[in-house]
Amino acid sequence: MAQHHARDHHDAHGHHGEVHGTLPEYVVGFALSVILTAVPFWLVMDHVLKSNVHTALAVMAFAAAQMVVHMVCFLHMRPRAEGGWSFMALMFTVIVVVITLTGSLWVMYHLNTNMAPMPDMLQQP
Amino acid sequence: MAKSSAFYLTEEPHHAEGSSTMLGFWIYLMSDCLVFAMLFAAYGVLGGSYAGGPGPKDLFELPVVAVNTAMLLFSSITYGFAMLASHKNRLGAVLGWLGVTALFGAAFVGIELNEFVHLIREGAGPQRSAFLSSFFTLVATHGLHVSSGLAWMGILAVQLMQRGLTAANRRRLMCLSMFWHFLDVIWIGVFTFVYLMGMLR
Repeated sequence: MAQHHARDHHDAHGHHGEVHGTLPEYVVGFALSVILTAVPFWLVMDHVLKSNVHTALAVMAFAAAQMVVHMVCFLHMRPRAEGGWSFMALMFTVIVVVITLTGSLWVMYHLNTNMAPMPDMLQQP
Repeated sequence: MAKSSAFYLTEEPHHAEGSSTMLGFWIYLMSDCLVFAMLFAAYGVLGGSYAGGPGPKDLFELPVVAVNTAMLLFSSITYGFAMLASHKNRLGAVLGWLGVTALFGAAFVGIELNEFVHLIREGAGPQRSAFLSSFFTLVATHGLHVSSGLAWMGILAVQLMQRGLTAANRRRLMCLSMFWHFLDVIWIGVFTFVYLMGMLR
């Protein structure tokens, strides 16, 4: 009885746009994650690309792709889930995270380069 | 009369119990994401300040990080299997997959603690340089989250054994699923920006 009730409740939830995972979804997500993890490790460990800047850009691109794969396949994030509210919260968070990271790095980089020389730095030739 | 002219809700609208739990938990995860963003920003700013001490190339061992990443990835898919078993109302399979997930999670925490002990023994503890302070804060905060997830998994297993797959326990399984996969997303950021990019500095 309790199980039956639980299942009814469960089905009722489905109508609100809650998305449940399926086996193919998890398997595809896992396979993609393995590839998207293995390639950046290989790029860095075997020094595949000549330039460090190119390697860094490639590694960041793989990370971004893997984050999207996890969001879609494991966290079942869809624009319509929960009536669109969770996607809105996600977008807001992404914007704040981007502002925080780029802002902090940008400001602190300039503070470092424009910092007045310290006494011990002046003693150097 | 009063009811028709009221411009506010005269009574709470009816919501099914737990109908807003998923959205609420998602918003908690997003706030947790901001905590990690601050720690990533601190690491980004301080990550090059070695104070004459060891840098990432001297300290990090990528094969160990790769094994650690594999542990967390395996635990993600096994938690997915637990969720699929819960949709099929198979309590035994849910508990089994939760157990496998907890083993992978414990292996992850164990490898990470081993790495920390190794670093501190080498004299590269959090007090050595700004780089190491921000490294330990960021990575240990993630490790602490994984450890909390393991404790939660244990408690949830007991609740499942006592009550079975009730509506409330299904909700808890969903929340822990989101928490666990979210930590995996954060780890993608950690191994990319801290370990892989650290070797390129």
